[in-house]
Amino acid sequence: MSGAVATADKPRAVSDIGAAGRFLFWAGVVLLCAWVLVPIYLLAVNTLSSPQEVTAFPKTGVPSFDMGSIQFFLSFEGVLKALWNSVLVAVLTMILSIAIGAPAGYALSRFEFPGKATFRMLVLMTRAFPLPLLALPIAVMFIRIGLDDTPIGLALVHTTLAIPFAVLITFSIFSGIPLELEEAAWTLGCNRLQAFQRVVLPLVLPGITASAIFAFTISWNEVFAASVLTVQNRTLTAFLLQSLSVSPLHLRFAGGAALVIPALIFIFAVRKYMFAMWGIANR
Amino acid sequence: MAEILIKGVAKSFGSFTALHSIDLTIADQEFMVLLGASGCGKTTLLRIIAGLESPTQGEVWIGGKRVDQLPPRERGIAMVFQNYAVFPHLTVYENIAFGLRMKKLPQAEVDTRVKRTAELMHIEQLLKRYSGQLSGGQRQRVAVARALAMEPDVILMDEPLSNLDALLRLEMRAELKGVLANSKTTTIYVTHDQVEAMSLADRISVMNGGHIVQAASPVEVYRNPAARFVGSFIGNPPMNFLPAARNGDGRYQVAGIALDGPSSGGAKLEFAIRPEDLTIAAGGLKATARVIEPLGAHTLVTSEVDGKLFRAVLDSDLKVAPGDELSLVPKPDRVRWFDPETTRAVN
Amino acid sequence: MNSKTLPYLLLAPATIFLVVFFLWPFLQIAWLAFTTEGGFTMQHFQTMAGNWKFWPTFWNTVILAAIVVPLQLVMALAMAQVVAKLKTTRNTILYIFTIPLGLSDLAAGIIWLAIFEQSGFLNSMLVGLGVVDKPILFLGYQNLWVIFIAVILAELWRATAIVMVILVSGMGLIPKEYYEAAEVFGAGPWKRFVKVTLPMLKPSIQTAMILRTIAAFEVFAVVVALGGTTLPVLVGETFNWQFALNDRNVAAAFALVILAISIAATLVFLRVLRTPKGATL
Repeated sequence: MSGAVATADKPRAVSDIGAAGRFLFWAGVVLLCAWVLVPIYLLAVNTLSSPQEVTAFPKTGVPSFDMGSIQFFLSFEGVLKALWNSVLVAVLTMILSIAIGAPAGYALSRFEFPGKATFRMLVLMTRAFPLPLLALPIAVMFIRIGLDDTPIGLALVHTTLAIPFAVLITFSIFSGIPLELEEAAWTLGCNRLQAFQRVVLPLVLPGITASAIFAFTISWNEVFAASVLTVQNRTLTAFLLQSLSVSPLHLRFAGGAALVIPALIFIFAVRKYMFAMWGIANR
Repeated sequence: MAEILIKGVAKSFGSFTALHSIDLTIADQEFMVLLGASGCGKTTLLRIIAGLESPTQGEVWIGGKRVDQLPPRERGIAMVFQNYAVFPHLTVYENIAFGLRMKKLPQAEVDTRVKRTAELMHIEQLLKRYSGQLSGGQRQRVAVARALAMEPDVILMDEPLSNLDALLRLEMRAELKGVLANSKTTTIYVTHDQVEAMSLADRISVMNGGHIVQAASPVEVYRNPAARFVGSFIGNPPMNFLPAARNGDGRYQVAGIALDGPSSGGAKLEFAIRPEDLTIAAGGLKATARVIEPLGAHTLVTSEVDGKLFRAVLDSDLKVAPGDELSLVPKPDRVRWFDPETTRAVN
Repeated sequence: MNSKTLPYLLLAPATIFLVVFFLWPFLQIAWLAFTTEGGFTMQHFQTMAGNWKFWPTFWNTVILAAIVVPLQLVMALAMAQVVAKLKTTRNTILYIFTIPLGLSDLAAGIIWLAIFEQSGFLNSMLVGLGVVDKPILFLGYQNLWVIFIAVILAELWRATAIVMVILVSGMGLIPKEYYEAAEVFGAGPWKRFVKVTLPMLKPSIQTAMILRTIAAFEVFAVVVALGGTTLPVLVGETFNWQFALNDRNVAAAFALVILAISIAATLVFLRVLRTPKGATL
């Protein structure tokens, strides 16, 4: 890019800044990609090595594809249950946040009504608050109503984290569907619900799925509230956090990998929507 | 039979009044155009008739039935939207069939109607495509076909041609006129384009500031504007206006010449003449030419009369240069008069 | 369905949910922090501030955020500029850049633990290159600053992506004509960046900074994964008081401190990075 700076009076596209500039540019791209990918690769190396290799020194940086660490992790007491709890809580969060957030997003995108600004404020306000700390008083509330240490209890708190996103994301998705389409359906014989089912729903389904996956990821990754609210029914993050100081290294790395892999898949699945989702964060 | 009656319909959004007590009757099978600049209330009126908006007060009757409290689907209407509103997840066939399926018509009937309207709109070869594979003009045709397939009593059109390019608009305009004339439906058509209004309408309702200023045939609206606004809005270039005052012998003094005015006129009136109703002859209005624009068949001369802007459409053989003094004589039977207070026409 | 009541029906579940699980708990936290046996007191805050660990904890958290967030902005701007220049490979590179966005802070901590632990990859490399003779204990209490650096790196690695995504979508909103206009008036690439991109991106930068700063004040799992309790931070101490020391009132006081600095940071960014009315896109 230095080449482009030198000829500042005649700015050019990347394709013709000259060999040196192009080399520097691509070196930068490769470096940035390496910055992101190499740490993940190193975690994979440790996960795919035997427990002995994980604590051995020095490291080669090449995996031996020994399943020892993974077997140890999976057979460790509580791990499978924690995995199951994580999935359960995340699925519940996903369902709850879409079921509660999407109607609100639809209302915001389609109606003008008194109180709309107040509701938007309430949603945006959640952004300035350290939400996971909510778990402290909620833990007490849950003990009183018998929801303590249950997947549904934790899912309710995770839903609180996910709802502001679900509302704003579905709002932008619904806003992307012209009202005219719904009105056309009304003039063609649909009532509101039929028009929603036959016209809006098929068009927003991919976007709603993406935001559901997003809610899943929020819950899957959450550490603090999970650690506060669960004792027997730990999620994977809570389980790993609790055992960090006592568990052997290979357990931590395999656990880390177990956290990372679904997240990688999810991010890949929603990659197209990533920018649509965060674009609205600007408003 | 679908006569449309609009009785005292008013609409306000908060403190803004979009429509002031509108009364309008549209005869069965009439082609009515609502014409006006943006914000005049024409689309709001159309949407109230469609049931997409509810009136603050007043009544809407379609075919002898009061409908203003009914949802759109129970009004016997079909609508063509400005951006076509062709459902992107359905094929052209399913788009046209959409309303018929909602009516639960048998498949054979659906098929016949879809094929028939598709042929009518010349889109029978597009039935398997999706909206994303269509051009603007083709989407337009699908939208019209979808409305026609419903065989509605009333078709409502909201600026349906405004998103097409000029040539296509011309073509579609003629086609729409033919198709709708054969369909025997009552049509209400909203546009801001006066040429479109003139060419399509049986009657034009000229709207301004939430009022209907005049509802009459295209020629009537052009020749005999009921108010100053209609004269200034319709016609390109629009009417010329000059102040006029009654002199001692009962005639009206306009920029130095005396003209016969209406017998019922007051002391002060406004003189109006269309630019094409002026000829060059002695004893006319003294005009100083400012800008000369040759337009082929005619030449548009923008001049100044008594310090006021004054346009004349003259024969293109005429040699005029900026700064020339002209004497413009108005054709006596084309002169119109308006009351400067009420802005209404005075006869 | 009446269109007057329908929006309220649709909003009701979300509103009730936010009141029960957001507003009410925060009122309870405030109640816990300011009362003792029903009466108003500052005693819990005094207990909190009187503890020898409080001020180091507070400053650790604030300094971490003060280092991490500006660095993330710079890195994210660079990444967004790179992405803007790409053509065919844009989507692939963009996906790679956004990967860390989906990872939990705990996973990020564990990933960087693989690099920084005593038998880890950094030591392997240093020994292999002959820089040191034997592996160093990076993450011990003697090397607090290394833990600090490791946390900064892990946070940079994990959370720069979110800033970049917000900036890239913000850049997508800037019409190309502005750049072309600037080019016509003689602005080079750097001038265009400073005079067109940055000012037009201000709302996005504001959003990203608010989001990231608040999250940075909540840093927890990364620190625990890399340093255990050696490097105390505010959320970690909140956890500690709640469970290890069993004092919910002081934990609540900690929560309020985090809330206070979060709101303060939000207000600062709202003020400093405000866009004048009418100067928006």
